[in-house]
Amino acid sequence: MVTEEQQIQRVMEILSTVMDPEIPVISVVDLGIIHQVNLKDDELYVEVLPTYSGCPATDYIPVLIQKTLSEHGYRKVNVSNVLDPDWSSDRITGEGLRKLADYGIAPPSRNSSPECPRCNAQDVVLTSEFGSTPCKSLYQCRQCLEPFEYFKCH
Amino acid sequence: MSENTLHLQYILHLADDSLILGHRLSEWCGHGPTLEQDIALTNLALDLVGQARYLFQHAATIDDQGLTEDDLAYFRDVPEFRNHLLVELPNGDFGFTVLRHFLWSTFRLMYYKALSDSSDGQIVSIAKRSCKELAYHCKFSSTWLYRLGLGTETSHRKVRDAVDLIWPYTGEFFELSSYEGALLESKIALDPMTLVSDWRSVVHKTLNDVNIPIPEIRWSQTGGKNGRHTEHLGHVLAEMQFVQRAYPGLEW
Repeated sequence: MVTEEQQIQRVMEILSTVMDPEIPVISVVDLGIIHQVNLKDDELYVEVLPTYSGCPATDYIPVLIQKTLSEHGYRKVNVSNVLDPDWSSDRITGEGLRKLADYGIAPPSRNSSPECPRCNAQDVVLTSEFGSTPCKSLYQCRQCLEPFEYFKCH
Repeated sequence: MSENTLHLQYILHLADDSLILGHRLSEWCGHGPTLEQDIALTNLALDLVGQARYLFQHAATIDDQGLTEDDLAYFRDVPEFRNHLLVELPNGDFGFTVLRHFLWSTFRLMYYKALSDSSDGQIVSIAKRSCKELAYHCKFSSTWLYRLGLGTETSHRKVRDAVDLIWPYTGEFFELSSYEGALLESKIALDPMTLVSDWRSVVHKTLNDVNIPIPEIRWSQTGGKNGRHTEHLGHVLAEMQFVQRAYPGLEW
């Protein structure tokens, strides 16, 4: 007999293979956008917290979740975006922060300016407050001269 | 008017401001003064259109005629829009756009902060996330206002001209509409007049720092919150609503 807790655990494992479409190294679980997973009479309910309001992936992520779960045999899946609680970049897991840095995106930091994800230098300069997606800004490292993206705090 | 209708009008007022200003900013796509500013302006547009969507989705749950967020954005005509006149004005030059964005985002950030007490929980959630995003809007627009205001003779003059043009439209921020007035007791809405001195102190300080005098204009150009718009809004809607008007119900 598989307990409900084990079933939800299994769903979370599957969700950790659903990657963010804009940053394909970080999963929806790492991003901290899975608020709740519930099972009720064979139906699965997944509540997702949208990140930046302007993020074009906000509509696509629920579709990806639905698709991935149905590929794993879940027939009745309801995925919804909820705004309460508010998503914050503080919800990104430690693992998620590491993956961002490995991918070349400086992870969000509340207290200090970002460090270069390539050479870890702290001597960096902001080149643009806005980048290729609403969640990122652009920096350049003054040591290795590499331009890099920084995931902004939200 | 029923409380429900007033509530709907109020959410549409908030949504329309975000949508129309977001659309105006999107017109900068491919026309920004530098690549970075082009990207910045379109990112600001994305934020506002995203915030507008949440508000329209919320409005659709209040509406009792089964309208969707797309119906509300694409199938209302000029007199049904409730945005401030300021946001529908054409973009003008970069200085005009920056100044408008500074005046509007400063107001809107204060407004959303004050709305954290609203009895409408969904408005509180939308306001809370929008505050985090609008902080970047205020930073962007005020940084540029300093650069332009303290820059060359030309950049200073352009911002100064923009102040004269825009100033009469800022009075509408603080005008209490009938639907807001009716929703004060239930604590859904707030009286924008409560924000006027905070807004003035931030704006006056910034303009003072860049040596631009506050115009001595005592009248306000208003009407947008009640559906009386400038001729510009019709042109915005003609472009923004074209696809849905030509192919109703079309989806991606």
